[in-house]
Formats: sequence, structure tokens, C-alpha cells
Amino acid sequence: MAKWTRRAFITTGVAAGGTVVFAVAIRRGDRTDKVIDLVADSNDALFDIWLKISPDNSVTAIIPHAEMGQGVHTTLAMMLADELDADWNKVEILEAPGDKEYANYALAKGYTAGEVDFPSWLIDSVDGFFFRATQVMSLQITGGSTSVRTTGQLAMRVAGAAARAVLLQAAAAEWQVPVAKLIARDSMIIHDGSKRSATYASFAPAAAKLSLPDKPLLKDSAEFRIMGTSPPRRDVPEKVDGSALFGIDTKLPGMKYAAVRAAPVFGGKIKSYDASSIQDLPGIRRVVDLDDAIAVVADGYWQARQALDRLQVEFDDAGNSGWEQGDIFKQFERDLDESADGDNEKTDFETGNARAMLATASQVIDAEYRVPFLAHATMEPMNCTAWVHDDECELWLGTQNPLGFAKDVGDAIEVDSDKVTVHNQYLGGGFGRRGFSDFAIQAARIAAEAHYPVKLIWSREEDTRHDHYRQASISRFQAGLDADGNALAWHNHYVNKYDPEEAPHIPYAIDDQRIVYTNSETYVPWGLWRSVDHSLHAFFTESFIDEMAIAADRDPYEYRRNLLGHEPRFLAVLDLAASKAGWGGPLPENAGRGISIHRSFGTIVAEVVDVEVVDGDVSVLRVVCAVDAGFAVNPDGMAAQMESGIAYGMTAALYGEISIRHGAVAQSNFHDYPMLRINKAPLIETHIINSGESLGGAGEPGTPPIAPALTNAIYDATGIRIRELPVRKHDLGQPDYRETDVA
Amino acid sequence: MITLSINGEKHLVDVESTTPLLWVIRDYIGLTGTKFSCGIAQCGACTVHLNGTAIRSCVTPVQAAVDQEITTIEGIGSHQQGLHPLQQAWIDEQVPQCGYCQSGQIMSAAALLEKNPSPSDADIDRAMAGIICRCGTYPRIRKGIKRAALAINALHEEPAADG
Repeated sequence: MAKWTRRAFITTGVAAGGTVVFAVAIRRGDRTDKVIDLVADSNDALFDIWLKISPDNSVTAIIPHAEMGQGVHTTLAMMLADELDADWNKVEILEAPGDKEYANYALAKGYTAGEVDFPSWLIDSVDGFFFRATQVMSLQITGGSTSVRTTGQLAMRVAGAAARAVLLQAAAAEWQVPVAKLIARDSMIIHDGSKRSATYASFAPAAAKLSLPDKPLLKDSAEFRIMGTSPPRRDVPEKVDGSALFGIDTKLPGMKYAAVRAAPVFGGKIKSYDASSIQDLPGIRRVVDLDDAIAVVADGYWQARQALDRLQVEFDDAGNSGWEQGDIFKQFERDLDESADGDNEKTDFETGNARAMLATASQVIDAEYRVPFLAHATMEPMNCTAWVHDDECELWLGTQNPLGFAKDVGDAIEVDSDKVTVHNQYLGGGFGRRGFSDFAIQAARIAAEAHYPVKLIWSREEDTRHDHYRQASISRFQAGLDADGNALAWHNHYVNKYDPEEAPHIPYAIDDQRIVYTNSETYVPWGLWRSVDHSLHAFFTESFIDEMAIAADRDPYEYRRNLLGHEPRFLAVLDLAASKAGWGGPLPENAGRGISIHRSFGTIVAEVVDVEVVDGDVSVLRVVCAVDAGFAVNPDGMAAQMESGIAYGMTAALYGEISIRHGAVAQSNFHDYPMLRINKAPLIETHIINSGESLGGAGEPGTPPIAPALTNAIYDATGIRIRELPVRKHDLGQPDYRETDVA
Repeated sequence: MITLSINGEKHLVDVESTTPLLWVIRDYIGLTGTKFSCGIAQCGACTVHLNGTAIRSCVTPVQAAVDQEITTIEGIGSHQQGLHPLQQAWIDEQVPQCGYCQSGQIMSAAALLEKNPSPSDADIDRAMAGIICRCGTYPRIRKGIKRAALAINALHEEPAADG
């Protein structure tokens, strides 16, 4: 078996045409030759695949992740620029081409190499994170709140530091002075003794001939000059004047437009259609049978949409049209009932003997919670422009997984995936949805028949009815309390485990725990949705711990505190949120306050919500959020992600419900799948703790705690315990005051 | 043929008169800053001005816009021609995330400030509740509108101070 070596990890090379090339090769071999044509002009010095230095002394950070509003381009460039001691004002950002040389799969592979000698600051990130990383990062994926933790830590910082080291070495050789007497600052190298200074660019050719260091010295956080600050995001200016280009904005010569309608019942196929019913309409080019969907191609998008609405199509229902949402929950209940203590019950986590403790506890409480399917509802509906020509396929779209899309599309139209080029554009929202390639496959199949570029745009109705939904679920709990209300045992049985592994786990010091699940598959397509399983389990567990506190007649914050003595990070985050929110302080009439805490993607977030309930109508007055992600590389970006995650989770908690009717999705657009609007958007305060622990994610961890904090606050205001989301299903106008399920 | 005046320029387009203004602006004129999202006037991503009033172009037939002045996000200000105070405030407050809804947000806010140069929170709620943002930029939108209102009002006060 080939051995990985440090030399293979960081390599150097010189490409043809006089261009200077450096490479941080995460896997064996020099990758710069392969990527230089993709990212560099002949005058640029390409320092590894992540950065290049141009003759004008500008530094370009090459970012292998999609920008969907999370600020990843800016934040990753900051990490590289800081280690390079680059002038931030002269740092440019380039999104890496969708090319396998940029696959962060290689990064994940690097972990397994075994020979790679990671600096100590990385070990925490590698340990326990590898499983997740290989899963999410099997390709050039943006998701799992991983970008900063992996690409940032393992590629951007190392690349910046390595390039800085050889630039200094080249300057020392040319000026005949010791490296130690040189200062690198703002893309200049300075020698105080001789009052000399010169640009990084002037040393790039000489530096290229040097070997990159085995272990580039990385900065301690006290030495950061860019990390830990909040420079304006680089993608913001073009997002205020309409010039930012999203996938839907693609324009190509000769391009036509397509509208599509898929079988409404999942699994259904086209039975028959009558293309002659639209052939006389203006601008119609062709009708394409996609087996489970029908597409109309026209000169204009509106022409295609109009014609599609007129087209006579009959779909079959694959035998699924008998399904109603209630049947799905009944199936879950039945499978939970029938599997309890049997072979189909899988153990998720077990410590002590929860059942024995429940049998002897002086008080046992139980509760069952349920959550519905949820659509992602990105503002930019799914769309893709495809052009199949010369045995190749080009795609213009926004995707969280360009290489996965290339493979899926290549397989679908029988083109080698190396011949599928993904031109990734800004994403008008991702939230997990743009990791699924169904719409790109449709576009490519249409374009493969058409032989001209085709822009396929899904209607909002299509987007709502053909998502890969956050799964619906039921979770049952029992807790045993002693005579003083102290927690003795925690028992939890839920349906369908997905990812991440630890989502249902609790941080609380309860000696006897049993967490089990039963698989209960449905025919409804489901998949990644911002924070994945955490989005449901945080609601379940943080509601139930609240119910335990109420049953124990204790303050919900103090009750959690008492169970977190062994987890100082959790305690610090919980205390910060509570103190900033003025926990225990006065509230107006009809108001209530709720708290929750949850760790996801390595980041601990606590949220305190104040609500007002008037005539059954809930208003969220304020959300106070405390977050410990180890270190906030870009604090304002971290705050923005907390605000965003909270709004996303709050929308789902208040309104979000996709339900099945006659086998199809009942909802279609924003009138029946409503969204949070500005008149209901609360003030959000974010307080950041830089604990110095290993880095956690930012894009998702704000979402899980909001639903339980909100429903705990509603309980505080009304005495009504919300055990099924969304909140709007419940009549809060007639409080069933202080009702609890005390057994 | 239909004649449209968009951002002060005349355009001759060959489309059916019932085509929504949105698709004419995007696909025939080629101005893609105005966005499609819901198609039924529920989300406001397609907001443009018709004679200074914010309208939903996804449900406005193009014939209703003939002989009227249409303004899109590209016409309200740009990095080349100078930014509208709202656009500058959007940068200063770091409002956009994914950015997809922001043309609609800015166009709605611009129409609001034209009529009401010092909007209260309730005024902002009323004028802006039609524009959905999935990234949750609402608190920053609110700050952005207030910052722009201050900038606009300061601009109007300057000539008086000089005079």
C-alpha cells in the first residue's frame, strides 16, 4: 500500500509558460498542474490549489464551497489571509471550479492517511469528527456546517502559512539576511535593519523553487489580525443592486425555457399525454416525456408555463393515492407500539438501567411529541440551465454538491461525469435542498433531447410538492423523578434515525438513560434540512426536560443548571443566555419566557424566548441567543447565522407543515405553506463565547433550540404544552391552565 | 409589439399582452435583478415600481405597464452610477445573506421612504410584510431602512444649512 508522506501532503511545482505554482497536495501527487488552467492566468503564481498571488500583489483565495448567504467565501478567505499575513484589502475571492481536484473528499481522505502529522491544534477537529466529515464531505459539498471547521482549518490556514514561510525564505536568500529578521505584514516583506521592503509578488518566482515547509507554523489566536474581526462580506455589494448572478439568471445564446410538472403522487409515472393539445400555442418547441414528469420547452418561460397548464396529462399513482397524513402518523404509532422491547427496537444510547429506575421512581411523567414533514422553500425555486453538446454536458445552477451533481447527471444522460461541467452560481437559499440533483437531471434530460441550451425553472408549486422533506416523526418519553423531583431516569423511543448520530442525545447528568428507535419508512422522499435530525430532537428533548422541571415544581433554567454541573461549556452558554435575557425578571401581562440549550455540529447554543399570547395569537417579542463555537472567526457572520437559523426554525415551529392528502402534498405555495414575515420577526440578540475549544459550525446550530424555547415560553404564558408542531395547529385562546401529564 | 419604459429607457418587445411584466423584464429585456419566486404575489421577490408605486410584477400583465414608468433594482442605483441610500445602508448593516429576496426588499423600502421619510416600526411592518426572506434578515432590514432614512433626511437638510 502506498504510504502517505508529509512531502506528498505539501508539494511544489512549476507549470509551463513561466507561471509559478505551489501546491498543498492533500493527496498523493501534485495537483497544481491539473488546476492551473482552471483558475490562473499565465502571469499568476498559483500557491497551492487554494491561493494564487498575481503580479499586482493581489492574493486570490480559491474557495471550494458554495456561497448561499452563510458568508463562507469571506470567512474562509479571512483564514487564509491571516496566516499569510496578507493585506485584506487586496485579497480576492474565487469560487473553485466544480472539479474533482477540489473535492474535499481528498481532505477527508487526508485524515485516514495515518502518516499525516497533524499539528496539535487540529487533533480535536479530527477526532470524532472524521465520521461526519467523510459523510458530508464525500464530495465538494457545502453542508453540515463544516466549511470553516474542515476546509478553513485544514486547507486555508495551512496553505496561507506555508506560502508565507517560503516567501520569507526567498526574501531572506535574496537579501542575504536571516529569516528571523524579516517581518511579513500586509502582503509585504520588510527588513528593518536595511530599511528594505518588497511585495510578496516580487518574491513569488524565487519562492516557487523552494520546498514548502513540512509543518508551517500556525498562529496562536492571540496573533490573529483578521480572524476574529468582522470585515464586510465580499458578496454583499453585488446583492444590493441586482448584479449578483444566481442560477436562474443564466443567459446563453439560443437558450430556450422549460417548465415541468411531475406526477403529483410520489412514485407515479406518466400514463398518457396529448401533445397536440398545445401544439398551436405560441413559442412551443417540444414536449419531453421524463417518465415521472412532463416538460414543455418554449421560446419564453411564460409560454412554457402557459402551455404546461393547458397540456392534457394523466399520471398514475403507483398505488400511493390512498395515503393521508394521519395514516403516516398511525403507522409510526403502530410501529412504536409493536416494536417496544422487541427485536425491531434499535438501541441508540443506553447507560444504567432506566426501566428499573422508572419502576421505582416516586413520580413518572410521560409525553409524546410529533413533528410534520417540512419543505425547504428556498426563495429561488429549483432551476438549472443545461446544454448538451459535443458529447459533453454543461450545467449552470446553484448547488451544494457540484461533483455529486456531475455524477448524477452523467449517469442519467450517459455522459462520462468528467464531461459534465458544473458552473456554480450564487444559491438563492440552500438549507440542504440544493444537495439533491433531481432538478438538474431533469434539465439535462430535456437538453439532451433538445440540442440547444435549456433553462428549466420549477414553479413554486412544483418546488413545494416535490421536495426532499424534513421527515415527520413521533418521539415518546418517560422520565422518573425522586420525591424531591430530581431526575432519575430518561427513556426515549422515537421513529427513524438519520443523521447526525448524536442528535437525540442529551447533555444532562441522568445516570439511567435508554434511548431507542424504530425504523418506520414511508414513501415520502426525505432528506437533509437545516440541522437535519437536530431540528426535531432538540424540540423533543428540550420540551421534555422542561416538562420534568415543571413536574418537579422547579424553575426550568435552574433545573437544567443542576444537571449540567459536569459540562462547564454548556453551563457557561446557558448562564450567559439566561443572564442576558434577565431570566426570572418581570414580564408583561400575557407574556411568557422559555429557555433551551442544544449542541449540534460542535457548537453549543442556548436561546431564551419571550412571547406574548393575546387572543390565541402568539408574538415572539425577543430571542436572546448565546453561542459557543470554540472561536468565532467572523463574529458578525456568526451573529448573522444565529439570526438566520433562528428565523428558519421559528418559521417551522410556528407555521411549518407539509401534509399528505390523497397521496400527494397538500400544500403548494406561500399562502398555504406560510413563512415568517417582518411584522412577526423578533428582536434577536446574539452573545458569543470564544471558549477556545475546537471549532464548531455556524450555519445550522442556531436552528434546533428555537422551537422548544418558543413552546416552553408559550407554556409559561398560557399553561398549554405544545407537543405537536406547528404551533398554529393549536388553539391558544382558551388556556387549559397548568395542565400536566402527571402519572 | 409593446413599448415599455424601463429605468428611463424605451424598449420594444414582441410578447403576448397578458405575459406578466416579470418575465418581460427578465427574459426579454434581460434585467435579471428582479426575481421570480412564488408567481402569485405572495412573496414580493418580483417587486418593481410602476410610476413610483411598488407592485408585484409576477401578476401584472405587461399591457398594464405600457406608457408608464417602470423602475427595477438596476434603475434605482448601482455601483457604477452611485448607490441609492438604501443600497448603501444594506451594505453598512450587512443585510443580505443569500440575497435572492433583496431586490424586492429594497424596492419595497424605497417606495416606503418616498412616501414616508421617517417610518416607524409599525410603518415598516405594514410596508414590508409582503416581502419574504428565508434567511431571516428582517432585523437587519429594519435597521437598514432606518439608517437609509437618516441618510436621506440628512441629505435633504444640507442645502438648507448651506442656504
